[in-house]
Amino acid sequence: MTQIPMRDGLILAGILFSLGLIGLLVRRNLIFILMSLEVMLNSAGLAFIVAGSRWRQADGQVMFLFILAIAAAEVAVGLALTLRIYLRFRSLDVDTLSGMRG
Amino acid sequence: MLSWLWLVPALPFASALILMLFGSHMPRRAVAAVGVGSIGLSALVSALVAAGFFSAHPAGNSYTQVLWTWIDVAGFRPQVGLYLDALSLVMVLVVTFVGFLIHLYSAEFMIGDDGYSRFFAYMNLFVASMITLLLADNLLLLLLGWEGVGLCSYLLIGFWYRDPANGLAARKAFIVTRAGDTAFMVGLFLLFTRLGTLHIQDLMQRASGQLQAGSPYAVVAALLLLGGAVGKSAQLPLQVWLPDAMAGPTPTSALIHAATMVTAGVYLIARTHVLFSLATDAQLTVAIVGAVTLLLAGFSALTQHDIKRVLAYSTVSQIGYMFLALGVGAWQAAIFHFMTHAFFKALLFLGAGVIIQTLHEEHSIFRMGGLRKELPVTFWTFLIAGCSLAGLPFVTAGFFSKDLIIWQTSSSEGGHPALWLAATAGALMTSLYTFRLIFRVFFGPIGTPATRHAGYTMKIPLILLGFLSIVGGYVKEPLLGFLHSSLPAAVEARVGGLTETVSEAVAGLMFLVGLYFAWLFHLRKRSLADDLVANPVGRALHQWWFKDWGFDWLYDRVFVRPYLWVANINRSDFIDAFYTGISRLADVSYRWLRATESGRVRWYASAMAAGSVLFIAMVLFL
Repeated sequence: MTQIPMRDGLILAGILFSLGLIGLLVRRNLIFILMSLEVMLNSAGLAFIVAGSRWRQADGQVMFLFILAIAAAEVAVGLALTLRIYLRFRSLDVDTLSGMRG
Repeated sequence: MLSWLWLVPALPFASALILMLFGSHMPRRAVAAVGVGSIGLSALVSALVAAGFFSAHPAGNSYTQVLWTWIDVAGFRPQVGLYLDALSLVMVLVVTFVGFLIHLYSAEFMIGDDGYSRFFAYMNLFVASMITLLLADNLLLLLLGWEGVGLCSYLLIGFWYRDPANGLAARKAFIVTRAGDTAFMVGLFLLFTRLGTLHIQDLMQRASGQLQAGSPYAVVAALLLLGGAVGKSAQLPLQVWLPDAMAGPTPTSALIHAATMVTAGVYLIARTHVLFSLATDAQLTVAIVGAVTLLLAGFSALTQHDIKRVLAYSTVSQIGYMFLALGVGAWQAAIFHFMTHAFFKALLFLGAGVIIQTLHEEHSIFRMGGLRKELPVTFWTFLIAGCSLAGLPFVTAGFFSKDLIIWQTSSSEGGHPALWLAATAGALMTSLYTFRLIFRVFFGPIGTPATRHAGYTMKIPLILLGFLSIVGGYVKEPLLGFLHSSLPAAVEARVGGLTETVSEAVAGLMFLVGLYFAWLFHLRKRSLADDLVANPVGRALHQWWFKDWGFDWLYDRVFVRPYLWVANINRSDFIDAFYTGISRLADVSYRWLRATESGRVRWYASAMAAGSVLFIAMVLFL
């Protein structure tokens, strides 16, 4: 079994993170924004796994478990809010939901 | 019994506290019992302390009771300590006893007033502050009493606060005396920086040890203390507050004039007499201030209509005598005159209070008259006090004390014929304005009919004070001998030329001349007095003196108006500009940054991303 070089793993994580960020910035639908966030979180998790395997330490996987827990919590709260927003405004377009501007 | 000394100030303090906290829920009888009783007890305790002082003969003729250390910082350790010697003992006895009689009188005088408990709370605090001032063993504690007295005078002058004029008079008294207090405090700083202590006895010892006679430092320090003294004692040039202080209730005036407040300055100078003896120039200034004040106030007293204002100017004039005595080194004579003055001036004010109340708040002596028959007790006691003030020879207390001063202005080391002349002329004026008052109020046709009559609690203090106004003079020799342990006797220097008998005879003659002219102008032929005022020169002089030599006018032009003018120009304070600038900047940046708060989540996210990239780049590449 050949070892995947760390550089490749990190490049993949960087690409995933950038994709997530671009999705976050260009999408207007709240659901897709949340999905992009998930992608970003997972890319960060991937970076930890890669680093953990490089130095043969369990810490990277432990951190990934934490990230999973955070992501689950974030999704639970985020989806609940999304549901409420949809019921209230009948729209999920974040640009129209700008009533909290200064 | 000497160890009971702390009770003398503590009792009035305690009762003032009780009356302030619970006075409004107490029945009037209880308020009077607490308010008058505490001063009575305080007087009793001070009498016991005096008995203890005489029987124990403490070492150094003084007794110190240190209660606790007030402040302890960097070697500066003023203590709350009481110092009793002949000078403070005499003053405390007079203050507590005269204060007690005034309180007793007030219990009936103020009975119809809404602020009954408030009045007694203030009065008790007034006496307590004065006793603190007298017994303080260091100048800082003395300053505490000094300011307490100033505060209480403010509260009592503005006692009937619903009338704005009273509030104005109260503020005037406070601000004018404050001007003097500032000088006093600067004097304290100066003494402390040079001599390193504020303990009065140490200070005096170090002053006589380290300072040379006539050294500029001693002169400046003494002049600064004098500044405080002229403020509190209403002497030139800060005498303007006292006549306006008549806005307060009459017993207050009696207390301010006889027992507390105005004598504080006299006490301060007597207490620090060592310093003043070192600073001969400052001492001469004291004498000149006293002589000029006694003459100016005498002229003003001649023209006043308001019975209380006549008495106010007479106080200014009599305190002028005390200053004159202090200035020529007749320390004992000054304290003797303080004592007799306390008796007869308290009596005069209390008598005036009876008259004013009887005539329904009538103050003008030209609308009074013929009260001799209507108010016999007041008449006789007022006459005794008036004679004492004017100096009826060989009978009254005022004669002995004032003649001692007049004689020593010529005989003592600091004396001068001009000062003697001023004092003698002052005696003539005193007699003139006193009998003008008496003839206008008690003799002649009835002006305003009397309706109400005073009860016993008001008459007893009158009678007792009348008694003291006569016998007070016979304690002259023992009193002067007793005071000798605190205050040196006047040094006889210029014995030639004038003998004591001649001086006394001249003063007695002045009394008679004044009496005669007062009788001529104000009883026998009243048209003469009117003619005098009708003539243009007389009218101008009368106006000038009536307005207190235009001091109010002058101060208004020199101090008040420029101050208001500057305040008006600087309405938007230029120092504030800096702080308004800061708030403007915050406001502008707020408006500017507000645009970024668009509410668009994607903008926020991109800003965060851009920011993160920027900071990471800074960390990596810088």
